[in-house]
Amino acid sequence: MAHISLDETLPGMRSLLAFHPAIAPALTGLMGVMMRSQEGLCSGERELIAAYVSRLNHCTACENIHSAIACHLLDVTEITLNSIKQDFSEVTISDRLKALLTIAQKIQRGGTHVTASQVANAKAMGCTDVEIHDTVLIAALFCMFNRYIDGLGLESHDTPGTLNERGQHIAINGYS
Amino acid sequence: MPHIPLPDHVAGIRSLAMQYPDSGKYLYELVQILLRGESPLSPAERELIAAFVSSLNECVFCCESHAAASRYLFQDQSGVVDHVLKDYASAPISEKLKALLTIAGRVQADARTVSDQDIALARSFGANDRDIHDTVLIAATFCMFNRYVDGLATSTPEDPAEYIPMGERMGTAGYVQPIPQ
Repeated sequence: MAHISLDETLPGMRSLLAFHPAIAPALTGLMGVMMRSQEGLCSGERELIAAYVSRLNHCTACENIHSAIACHLLDVTEITLNSIKQDFSEVTISDRLKALLTIAQKIQRGGTHVTASQVANAKAMGCTDVEIHDTVLIAALFCMFNRYIDGLGLESHDTPGTLNERGQHIAINGYS
Repeated sequence: MPHIPLPDHVAGIRSLAMQYPDSGKYLYELVQILLRGESPLSPAERELIAAFVSSLNECVFCCESHAAASRYLFQDQSGVVDHVLKDYASAPISEKLKALLTIAGRVQADARTVSDQDIALARSFGANDRDIHDTVLIAATFCMFNRYVDGLATSTPEDPAEYIPMGERMGTAGYVQPIPQ
């Protein structure tokens, strides 16, 4: 049970946004800009970073839904996505994406863990400044969302069926 | 030096919001509502939670600037800010605020460790749902801002005196999105 009185019939973040509606425009606006910007990273890569950071934070609710969205957008299976989240160094993804996931991994541990050489490596792999910026901010955003959800003891009522359905819906319609 | 090009002579989050105004707009809106909007916690108390979490995350820019804002807002009780940052358990603040700072600390370290006992203790000192919600969201939000500011190695003033006018501006004008250069 959540630590505060929420309408737990609403899925995921929706119950929190309903609890404190004043905060909703800023949080949904941020999600819209950072997860669906057309510049640099594609939406599937953005969702992968979100799912990966949520996994490192052990936030199952966020990991599950953002993995479901990433699978739809990247057109990969859950097994493939899991292997990337488990150890991306061992899978056949681009060196560019590996460099960005390395930065996301460091952000999860703390901002000062990102080094100039990791950023230089990402640039050498062809990453732009905007892509590096967005990777850092998406990873940081999920360090917030994961804590917001877990800190208030929110429980997920998702099943594999609802995850797939919600994942597909958000993949197509975004966060509006 | 920042990891990506950012405006010269602009520090911390302001440099990021100037260079990246699309996200900056919502980040400033978020922090304004969170730290200045309607809440059972005073702006001084909310700034204190922000400074406390930033100190745990060792983010010098966010800790120094929000501590300065909190000192400004606490007025003649500004001494509590440094006492809390050093050892909140012995600081001259309410038991409710101490219990909320304990929750904020848990959110910073690992949000899953916020326990029913932590919540019950805060409630026994008068905390309601909104106190608990706002504490958790402020702590979570600063776990984002701290990582964003440090993860891109934004410029951090080293002279403590520079944070005094910054704190006063934050305490009076609040959070207004800086105009892109």
